[in-house]
Order: sequence, then C-alpha cells, then structure tokens
Amino acid sequence: MKAPDFAYERPATLADAIALLSRDDRDAAPLAGGQSLMPMMNFRMARPDLLVDLGSLGELKGIAASGSHLEIGAMTTYAELAGSSLIAEQAPLMALALPHIAHSAIRNRGTLGGSVALADPAAEMPAVLLALGAEIVLTGPAGSRTVPADAFFKGLFETDRRPDELVTLIRVPASDQHQRHGFYELARRHGDYAMAGVATVSSPDSLRIVFFAVSDRPVRAQAVEALLTSEDLGDPAAIDKALAGLDAIAFAEDLNASARTKRHLAGVVLKRALGQLA
Amino acid sequence: MTSQQQSIRLTVNGEAVECQVPVRLSLVDFLRTDLGLTGSHIGCEHGVCGACTLFVDGAPVRGCLMLAVQADGTEVVTIEGLADSGRGEALRQAFHKRNALQCGFCTPGMLASALDYVEQGGTADRQAIREHLSGNYCRCTGYQAIVDAVCDVIEGRS
Repeated sequence: MKAPDFAYERPATLADAIALLSRDDRDAAPLAGGQSLMPMMNFRMARPDLLVDLGSLGELKGIAASGSHLEIGAMTTYAELAGSSLIAEQAPLMALALPHIAHSAIRNRGTLGGSVALADPAAEMPAVLLALGAEIVLTGPAGSRTVPADAFFKGLFETDRRPDELVTLIRVPASDQHQRHGFYELARRHGDYAMAGVATVSSPDSLRIVFFAVSDRPVRAQAVEALLTSEDLGDPAAIDKALAGLDAIAFAEDLNASARTKRHLAGVVLKRALGQLA
Repeated sequence: MTSQQQSIRLTVNGEAVECQVPVRLSLVDFLRTDLGLTGSHIGCEHGVCGACTLFVDGAPVRGCLMLAVQADGTEVVTIEGLADSGRGEALRQAFHKRNALQCGFCTPGMLASALDYVEQGGTADRQAIREHLSGNYCRCTGYQAIVDAVCDVIEGRS
C-alpha cells in the first residue's frame, strides 16, 4: 500500500526540527533513514500527519573519537559505520553486528539513531549499545540530556525519548585491549530480523550478555553473567550450567517462535557467540 | 484534502529533472508514473522484496522506502540508466546466457544489487553472493542461475 497523506518538512537546523516536533496541533514524527517508518506508514500502522525529515541536519552525522568514547551522530547510516576505521578499531562489537542488519540497500539509508529511537526488540543495535554500556543523548526544547542505554529501552517500541525530543548522539565507550566481543544471531535467511540473538562484551573481570529478539526489548542477562567467570567462557559445560540464569528473563513469543523456543534459542546463540569471541 | 506538493530538482540517469510532486509520493512511484521509467518494479512496498532497488548518489537503495522529495538534489540511476551507459552490460549478458531469470520481475533490482556486489570488488564466493543478494527475492529461478551469472562476470567469463 501507499502511505496515508501527511505534511512534510525538512528543517535546516536542529532547533527548527525540535520546534516542529513540539507543535501541539500536529502529530509529528521524525524521519531518519525511513527504513522502518516508511514500511509502517505503507502498512498504515503509523499515521503521523507531519513528517520532520532529519536528512539535512549535517550536525547529526559523523563519527568522532573523544578520549575514552566514540561519539556517533544519530543520523550516521549503517553503511557509514561499516566503512569506518574508528568503529572497526574502537567498537568492534558494532562492526561484528553490522553485516547482520538487513541488506546493503537498507544499510545505505538506515541510521543508528533511527534504530535506537524505534527500539524494535529484534534489532541488533539496541542490544549492542546495551552490551557496550553506551549512552544516548536526547535533545529537546529544554536542551540535552544523557540517558544510559540500560535506562533507555523500556519496552516494545518504547523508550525514554519524549515526543518533542530527538536522539542526537550515541556515546560508546571505546574498546580496550582486554575486551573480547561476541555476536551471534539466528535468522531464517541472511538479513531477516533475528529469531534470537546475543551480544557479549567480556574482559578478565567483567561480562555483559544482552539478548535480543527474545523479549519485548533487548535484555541484559545478569543472572547468567553472575554464573560465569572469565575462565568459563571457553567451557561449554560451564555455559550450560549458567543457562539456569535464563529463568530470570521474561521470554516472549513472536511470529517466529514460542517463548519456550526462544529460551532454547537463547542458549544456542550464547554458546555460539562465546565459542567465537573476537 | 489536497496533498502538500513540493518541487524537486534531481538528476535521473544523467538528465536534469525538475518536477512538482506530492510529498507522500515514493521515489519509485515518481520514476514510474511521472517519468515513465517503468524498469524499477514495485513488489512489496515495504522494503523486503528488492524489486525497486536503484542507485541514489551511487549507493543502492530501496525506491519504495524513499520519498521523491527526499531525492531532491540527488543523482538517481535506474536500470534504464545502467542499460544506456553500458555499465551493467556484462551482468545483463551473463543473466541472459545463464538463464538467470524467468518472469523477469525481480531482474532490474537483482541486477542493481549484483552490480553493487561486483563493483565493490566482491569475489566469486557463492555464499557471499547469496548473502549480498538475500534482500532481492526471486520466485522463479531458485537463485542458482543468478549466482552462476554473477560468478561468470567476476571470473571474467562474460
């Protein structure tokens, strides 16, 4: 189908974009890469009456190293992330996950900020940011605020972003040499949304495991983390034992699989991810 | 209610175009209905089938997930442009030789994605080719012949 009718603005500045989103007389939606919003509008699941196209906001594009962090503009596309040496060197988990996101033609338009703001529970980037302990910077009429990824994803397509705010920057801690990264997802065919997936970050004294496509949001598996030490990561029997910690996760069924199957698949993807740490 | 209109200027297959379009018009609908470039096909209209794949500023995109107004100021190349410039000729011949199409509905998008793979220096690795083309659905060939054709071009057999 075609999208229902709407008005369209392409503001030249961030301030103008936020002013448009703040209008009380309009149900406005920000348009980033449009790779999820346009299908939702074509299906008539989303019916904003004003689209605020962020495509001219150059200030929201680009990747910069800032000491201990990488600062990634929200409108940076997946293709730009995949082509960045900064990402390859300082955010290798992101580099591992990027090839799994849809297809080349989608990655050329889809943006990191769009994925974060949409919070699709099956999307890769929210889980990666949660695993990395990233921060999301939101900008609204009253200025900017920073929210840790742990507090940002609140439910099915639900985040801490208010309607008059934009995700403007994603701040990712730079990887240190002691960190190792794991990423694995199961999909029916390459580029499809995952049936279950996991992102892990481990160092000699810490471990973060985040599952996606198994619940209503990306979920950190702290109970599993607590049952594993750094020596256990190469030991399938120890990982099997630690899977008892999956009890703490509220697995949710989707069109792909039942909650029970999701739980099983979570164990499969975790073992595979930990079996090929990069 | 009258749809909001906006004027756009862009380059399509090397030619400057200036048009007034409704803001809700997708890029692929604009190309097909306003410019008569019906080579880009419309299948699913939600970015899954790949039949509308075309190039914007050199990069393949879904023509159904981009609005015509978003293409303002860009350079668009469609399958017609690839045919005119001869850029996709080796692939076109390989598709012909290998019988890499039956009904032909997916072919314009398939050629665009395959060309992207070849031009990026992709190797004749069948798995890698299948992964790259996984966003383009073909319901006739079973993909085998399409992968054969792409391999032929990379290995210089066409």
